[in-house]
Amino acid sequence: METTLLFAPLVGALICGFGWKIIGERPAQVVATALLFLSAALSWVTFLTFDGPTEHIQILRFIESGSLSTDWSIRLDRLTAIMLIVVTTVSSLVHLYSFGYMAHDENFGENESYRPRFFAYLSFFTFAMLMLVTSDNLVQMFFGWEGVGVASYLLIGFYFKKPSANAAAIKAFVVNRVGDFGFALGIFALFYLTDSIRFDDVFAAAPQLAEQTVGFLWTEWNAANLIAFLLFIGAMGKSAQLFLHTWLPDAMEGPTPVSALIHAATMVTAGVFLVCRMSPLMEFAPEAMTFVTVIGATTAFFAATVGLVQTDIKRVIAYSTCSQLGYMFVAAGVGMYSAAMFHLFTHAFFKAMLFLGAGSVIHAMHHEQDMTNYGGLRKKIPYTFAAMMIGTLAITGVGIPLTHIGFAGFLSKDAIIESAWGGGSMYGFWLLVVAAAMTSFYSWRLIFLTFYGTPRGNKHTHEHAHESPMTMLIPLGVLALGAVFSGMLWYGSFFGHTDEIAEFYDIPLAQEAGHGDTHVDGASTDHGEGDHGAADGEHHAAFGGNPGDGGLYFGVDNHVLEAAHAAPTWVKVSPFIAMLGGFLMAMWFYIWNPTLPARLAENQKPLYLFLKNKWYFDEIYNVVFVGPAKALGRFLWKRGDGNVIDGTLNGVAMGIVPFFTRLAGKAQSGYIFTYVFAMVIGIAVLVTWMTMSGGAN
Amino acid sequence: MDDDERGGKLMDTHLLSIVTFMPAFAALILAIFLRGDDEAAGRNAKWLAMITTTVTFLISLFILFEFDPNDTGFQFVDEADWLLGMKYRLGVDGISILFVMLTTFMMPLVIAASWNVNTRVKEYMIAFLVLETLMLGVFMALDLVLFYLFFEAGLIPMFLIIGIWGGANRIYASFKFFLYTFLGSVLMLVAMVAMFTEAGTTCIGGCELSLLTHTFGSETFSVMGVQIIGGMQTLLFLAFFASFAVKMPMWPVHTWLPDAHVQAPTAGSVVLAAILLKMGGYGFLRFSLPMFPVGSDVMAPLVLWMSAIAIVYTSLVALVQEDMKKLIAYSSVAHMGFVTMGIFAANQQGIDGAIFQMISHGFISGALFLCVGVIYDRMHTRDIDAYGGLVNRMPAYAMIFMLFTMANVGLPGTSGFVGEFLTLMATFQVNTWVAAIATTGVIFSAAYALWLYRRVVMGDLIKESLKAITDMTPRERWIFAPLVVMTLLLGVYPALVLDMIGPSVAALVENYTVALDAADTAVQSAEATH
Repeated sequence: METTLLFAPLVGALICGFGWKIIGERPAQVVATALLFLSAALSWVTFLTFDGPTEHIQILRFIESGSLSTDWSIRLDRLTAIMLIVVTTVSSLVHLYSFGYMAHDENFGENESYRPRFFAYLSFFTFAMLMLVTSDNLVQMFFGWEGVGVASYLLIGFYFKKPSANAAAIKAFVVNRVGDFGFALGIFALFYLTDSIRFDDVFAAAPQLAEQTVGFLWTEWNAANLIAFLLFIGAMGKSAQLFLHTWLPDAMEGPTPVSALIHAATMVTAGVFLVCRMSPLMEFAPEAMTFVTVIGATTAFFAATVGLVQTDIKRVIAYSTCSQLGYMFVAAGVGMYSAAMFHLFTHAFFKAMLFLGAGSVIHAMHHEQDMTNYGGLRKKIPYTFAAMMIGTLAITGVGIPLTHIGFAGFLSKDAIIESAWGGGSMYGFWLLVVAAAMTSFYSWRLIFLTFYGTPRGNKHTHEHAHESPMTMLIPLGVLALGAVFSGMLWYGSFFGHTDEIAEFYDIPLAQEAGHGDTHVDGASTDHGEGDHGAADGEHHAAFGGNPGDGGLYFGVDNHVLEAAHAAPTWVKVSPFIAMLGGFLMAMWFYIWNPTLPARLAENQKPLYLFLKNKWYFDEIYNVVFVGPAKALGRFLWKRGDGNVIDGTLNGVAMGIVPFFTRLAGKAQSGYIFTYVFAMVIGIAVLVTWMTMSGGAN
Repeated sequence: MDDDERGGKLMDTHLLSIVTFMPAFAALILAIFLRGDDEAAGRNAKWLAMITTTVTFLISLFILFEFDPNDTGFQFVDEADWLLGMKYRLGVDGISILFVMLTTFMMPLVIAASWNVNTRVKEYMIAFLVLETLMLGVFMALDLVLFYLFFEAGLIPMFLIIGIWGGANRIYASFKFFLYTFLGSVLMLVAMVAMFTEAGTTCIGGCELSLLTHTFGSETFSVMGVQIIGGMQTLLFLAFFASFAVKMPMWPVHTWLPDAHVQAPTAGSVVLAAILLKMGGYGFLRFSLPMFPVGSDVMAPLVLWMSAIAIVYTSLVALVQEDMKKLIAYSSVAHMGFVTMGIFAANQQGIDGAIFQMISHGFISGALFLCVGVIYDRMHTRDIDAYGGLVNRMPAYAMIFMLFTMANVGLPGTSGFVGEFLTLMATFQVNTWVAAIATTGVIFSAAYALWLYRRVVMGDLIKESLKAITDMTPRERWIFAPLVVMTLLLGVYPALVLDMIGPSVAALVENYTVALDAADTAVQSAEATH
């Protein structure tokens, strides 16, 4: 079953990519979509029936060289199962949605067949993503990692006639490669130290890695920290974290269903998945984890500030994605992996819905993406409006404070903010709370600019604004269910009591003789840490087991969950207050006093431009990296190759060659004769020498 | 494998000679019997070359199936007396067999890609057929003199191919090519004489007294006040290095390659990139590492650094090229950097990866030069700026070019990944600086390869001259088909190659470490006695 659900999208991609000429465009698209739904159905069956230890399914041998041995294989545990349903559910809905969205496209001529190609890329992406999440070792994961990168490259550059789309596609691939540079070095370091890159072996070796040092570049490093740090650089690239985030907003050049699938719900969360997958290692790498937290929190804050002033509807959501990914990294960084996975899970639903909703708006407005040309659309496209409202309620975190009732984002985001508090990261906590206020502001700003007020921009476009077809509305409806209920349904499993989470992820519980006693757990005796942080209350369970048991690993001294649950009330309500504040600000700016934003932008021009230009990252990178690389390349080519190397050679040549050429008596192509001549002399010398010295036995 | 059984089959013992000399024999037939310069004669020459190279490939395929990878010695050894008491000896082992296969695999494709040649067809085909014999000889020769002969003679047809069927600046290009290789060859020749003097044999391997089993002197001595660590072995290593480094080509002796590629006809570029460049790497594995382990060990840090520099340097240069062939040529130099790096990491992953990289690069770079050839045939320019938006009229071409661009970038799932990954992984165990610098190559390669693809294939089709360009013909598609299959097959199931070379590489690494340990012990005991 697992193999079927893994390869169904690949079959779909091949049929769509090559078979459409035989069976026709539409049947090919239908087949690919049907296979995706099959894959999604099987994923849900897997997710709901999975309740045991980790399973391994070997498919084919992969790279084997000396002590390195890797397979194409499936590792099925809870973490994989969660990713399976996220990926296949969103992907199948996006396939369905694309029937409507891609039906007509002004970027292509009448007789150009672009639809099967689009579906083939989507299905191929899904396959690569599934390979990533099911992998049993780091090489296969790297295959999926780069595979989704290629799919992303192809889809961002889907409108290949647009120069901006081509530029964005290359940028996405190259910036991701910068991350992959770290990822690859992390893999090499792991192999160097543990002689294996299979997860089971690596996890088992994690406690030793924490004690080891390794020489890397200029100095000695703690092995576990170094590896965790290098792998996280890969995660930063894929998940668009600060410094490697610049590709994500540009990636919006791709068709909107792509943005929903790849650049919101699935691919960009691969980095979070990687950190969670490596939790047995991360638990032994405290410094690297601090780095993860700081980068995550800073990204969450930075992206939210930029999101405040963008006017392109897709870019607002893109920065919002970037920011939400920062939230997930904070949760992972403080050691609350299941909270990170929780937000990943709920975010997939509401963010995909926001993107697909935005796509529906864009579709209605004839590919107008600038929100300053929207306004008053709620009556024209009521279903889309409803969907966007639900998405906004979910992302801003609307719910009843101090209960577990609310939209999906309410539960998962609060879980992260409480975890940040519980993990003792005040930097993370405060930045996330501030970011929550800004999230609320820019999300409501999007709603108000798009659906409220008076129509702006092209009058004709507004008059012809129309609701999208059913193929586009049904996916919105399904995702809306997820955005409303997924948080409440799975709260216990992701962020409930220790024993609930342990059962969900199949993590063994530490055996406790009584309250406050030491562990009697074989694996934890090495660390000798007492159980000093157990929470008060009726639940005394604590995570136990060896690294690699179950889907996640929590170190014996990881008490973030208890601390998060025990957070003071003001901490627990702070995100709600921040959300309200953001909402009121947005009301004030865009409903009560609509001229205010323009005046404020005028008054605070430097700040406004700083945000509008995304903190000038692109400009800085162009000056610091792109320009010098080209200049250096040109210099090495003209000066290095040209003047130095060839210059020297020609100097030498002028001495030797004429001599030989004269000898051979041919002016123009004399070198060939020279060469033959020299070779014959060489043979003669060799043979003579041998005969003189007694022959070759 | 039972010796009697093998010895009993006459065909078996001469299979290698048959494979090696069949193309030369066909060339001889062409030279003697084919008369006239009209179209019919040209067609006959093409068909004869096509059939010969195909049959050669089939026979080599048979050898591959009969080959026992677990036997790390030389197999199918073919031995005869030659002039002046020298031996003619051919044989293959796990190190060389796949290079033989690569050669015989590529040649029919090269001939097929030359179907449109119509100047001096007979001579053209003769040149390629002779070239095939000489290249196969290099990979099979088990005697020093024979190796030298094949190794050096192989360049002559290549000079002719560039010099006669090449572009406008062909004289300069082949002159440069010549000059480099000539300087390397002289030193190698001197080293060969010295080797014979010391070991008293020219047999490379498989005989009682062979260069592979002989231990060359490694006592440090000083010449004119310069300490030569590793002594004789280091000197011999350097002499061979001069020749092999040029062939690879390694930075900084790489500048002949871009010019040679630019001027060579498409088929010439394919042979050059796919096969000729592998001779240097093969030489390192056949001579440098096993025969001069101490010398290799002494010089390895230098080679590793040169490789890392090569990767970054040539990748940066590739970034700013305006000529498609030059860009791919520079990218070849970068990819060969991974090969030398893997070889001189001198562990199983490194050498496995290096061989894999060479085989894979044969397919990928060959295919990329064929891709350039496809549009060069139509537009007669290699200028990147002359293209743009080809995807609009050439979707099949765009797809194939994309695949090989990604393979060149080292995408997992294509064969380009495995070699890079293994060599980098191996180098990390030896020198993290070199590994880290070389790993930046994955960023640069993505940048230059995708930038090239974008300028040629993507975008709207605006240029008037391109409005009537046609997609690939069936002949062109069929040439690419085997390359596509191999690139993907080896990417997904690299065991096909790794199983074949694994045991021989393991033996090589084992001997290398044992030799180094022995040399170490010798040095220590010498110090102890003083």
